[in-house]
Amino acid sequence: MPLRDFIAPRFWLHPRDSAPERSLFNYRRAWALAIVLTALTALVPLTAMTLIDYQVTRSAVEAEVRLRTSRIVSNARRAVSFYLEERASVLSFVLQDRSPESLRDPVVLGELLDNLKRSHGGFVDLGVIDSGGVQRAYVGPYSLLGRDYSDQGWFDHVVSEGSYVSDVFLGFRNVPHLVIAVRQDLPGGGFFVLRATLDTDRFNNLAGLDLLAGGDSFIINAEGVLQTPSRHHGAVLDVVNLPVPPYSEYTEIMAFDEGERELTIGYAYVPNSPFILLVVKSRDELMASWYDNRFQMVWLLAASVVVILLVVTAVATFLVNLVFQADRNRFVALHHAEHANKMASIGRLAAGVAHEINNPLAVIGEKSGLLKDLLTYRSDDLDPARLRGLAEEIASSVERCGNITKHLLGFARHINVRVERINVERVIEEVLSFLRKEAEYRSVGIAVNVAPGLPEFECDRGKLQQILLNLVNNAFQAVADHGHVEIAADSPDSGHLRILVRDDGCGIRPEDQKRIFEPFYSTKCGSGGTGLGLSITYGLVRKLGGVIEVESRVGQGTTFTITLPAECGREEGESCEYC
Amino acid sequence: MRVLLVDDEHELVCALAERLGFRGVRADYAVSAEQALELARTTAYDIAVLDVKMPGMGGLELHQRLRELQPDLPAVFLTGHGSELDFAAGAARGEAYLVKPVGIEVLLETFARIAGPWDGQGGRQP
Repeated sequence: MPLRDFIAPRFWLHPRDSAPERSLFNYRRAWALAIVLTALTALVPLTAMTLIDYQVTRSAVEAEVRLRTSRIVSNARRAVSFYLEERASVLSFVLQDRSPESLRDPVVLGELLDNLKRSHGGFVDLGVIDSGGVQRAYVGPYSLLGRDYSDQGWFDHVVSEGSYVSDVFLGFRNVPHLVIAVRQDLPGGGFFVLRATLDTDRFNNLAGLDLLAGGDSFIINAEGVLQTPSRHHGAVLDVVNLPVPPYSEYTEIMAFDEGERELTIGYAYVPNSPFILLVVKSRDELMASWYDNRFQMVWLLAASVVVILLVVTAVATFLVNLVFQADRNRFVALHHAEHANKMASIGRLAAGVAHEINNPLAVIGEKSGLLKDLLTYRSDDLDPARLRGLAEEIASSVERCGNITKHLLGFARHINVRVERINVERVIEEVLSFLRKEAEYRSVGIAVNVAPGLPEFECDRGKLQQILLNLVNNAFQAVADHGHVEIAADSPDSGHLRILVRDDGCGIRPEDQKRIFEPFYSTKCGSGGTGLGLSITYGLVRKLGGVIEVESRVGQGTTFTITLPAECGREEGESCEYC
Repeated sequence: MRVLLVDDEHELVCALAERLGFRGVRADYAVSAEQALELARTTAYDIAVLDVKMPGMGGLELHQRLRELQPDLPAVFLTGHGSELDFAAGAARGEAYLVKPVGIEVLLETFARIAGPWDGQGGRQP
């Protein structure tokens, strides 16, 4: 199979035949339909699968991103929470361990601060505040002894709640710090408060996670003020440019559209503190791997679509080319079969034709012989009238021969297509001229009934002769000796010509009637029928744009009716395309 | 020698009869089977020359009927048709089977082969 068959649609420039028997298909339509249907069958599931996979993969990646972010947030919160709780516990322990009096001793308090700095780190100062809010003892870098905190909110909070963790604030010392205070009740009523200031270095370290490029983690308070420094969202104590997330007991993920980029924010409220831990990441960076995946998927889909379309087109082109070639071969074969059928019809008649010619030849032979005999044996007693009569008889026999050869030529000449004006009666006579002798020998009655005044019409004479010859031959084979064959022609309306070939022969069984026009279907068993006669006749009638019908009763006879348009065979321009 | 010629072509048989007459063969002719049978009823023939294809009764059937009248009558069949089927039937049934047109010399040779030489006066040579 040549590669060209896959690429070039050879049928494309083939004119679409209006005559149905010429071409079984509209090739362009069949080709387009094959491509569209096959392509749809392949592409629709492929596209659907890709879309589904796209959604599933995206959901999976998103879920993974959420899980990962949520785990980071959760761990960081636990660390921050532990850090704060640990320091509150240390202060509680100190309060349990030491008496209030000893804590007021600056030396004891100073030792305590040194121990705490060594063991836990981050402690800046320690102060003991009595129930009136006045700082009774203080160790640390600043001079805060005797300071009254009774009017401050945190003092009320620690009095009522027992402990307090402050926001990060600049306070008196103008550096960010935070305060943890714990209340201790006295056995005899009353209470005092141990207050520690922590530097924010370690706190900042806990919140500022080591995230990949673009990631940011920090702590804000409920007012949205940054408690730890951030990479991209401002310095400590700036108001963050993100919304304050709503309260939740658990770690949550939310999306935020910053304008030029979309952010995924994981957050958690740190318990018993004013802090909210935030992990902010760019969605694009989180989904980067998936974007690669998506690009590959789209690329693969596009490549598949192109390959499928190419293959489908190539296969459709190849198959339609095959059908086209087969159809064309069929047409050529049919054409040859028609030709052969005509030759066979004439061949079948050849014996009759020979008889027709041999008889007058024999007459000529005898007459000329007699002429010679008379000149030889009766040279003394010649009758000129007798001799002239013999010569005339010879001439008339020659004319008889001439007529027969003309008829034969009339048949041979019309093998190629030629549309001409036709006198139906004459065509019928031409066809019958070969059969009249047989009719005479078999005493078959032939009746020709052409409606009076039937106009001449335009037709392909050769095809019409062949059609009639086939039908009349069949009729002759169907009738017994002394049977009858009738050929009638009339015009049912001005645009049509109708020819009937009727016999009173054996008839055709109803089950055979359906199939008689099929090629190679013959009921003439063993009598040399090819089974092509009626099939070809059918094809010829269709070629002339007409219809052929059969009506038959077993034992009563058969009538074939051909109805032809008044201008038949016109549209078939390229007559001998494949000769 | 007396010959019966039967052919539906009147022109053929009358000319042939006359030409045979010139050559010492007495020939009667008929243009249909019925006429031939009529002649055969009254006259004894040495040879019958019959056309195979004739309207109504053909030469083969006519030969059978003539045999009923003259059992030993040999037949020469003539045909313009020359189909194989006819040839087989004619060759089996008759003494000769000739395809038209037939030269008179061929015909006379055939007669001689069938009936033996004759004296040219209508009677057999001794």
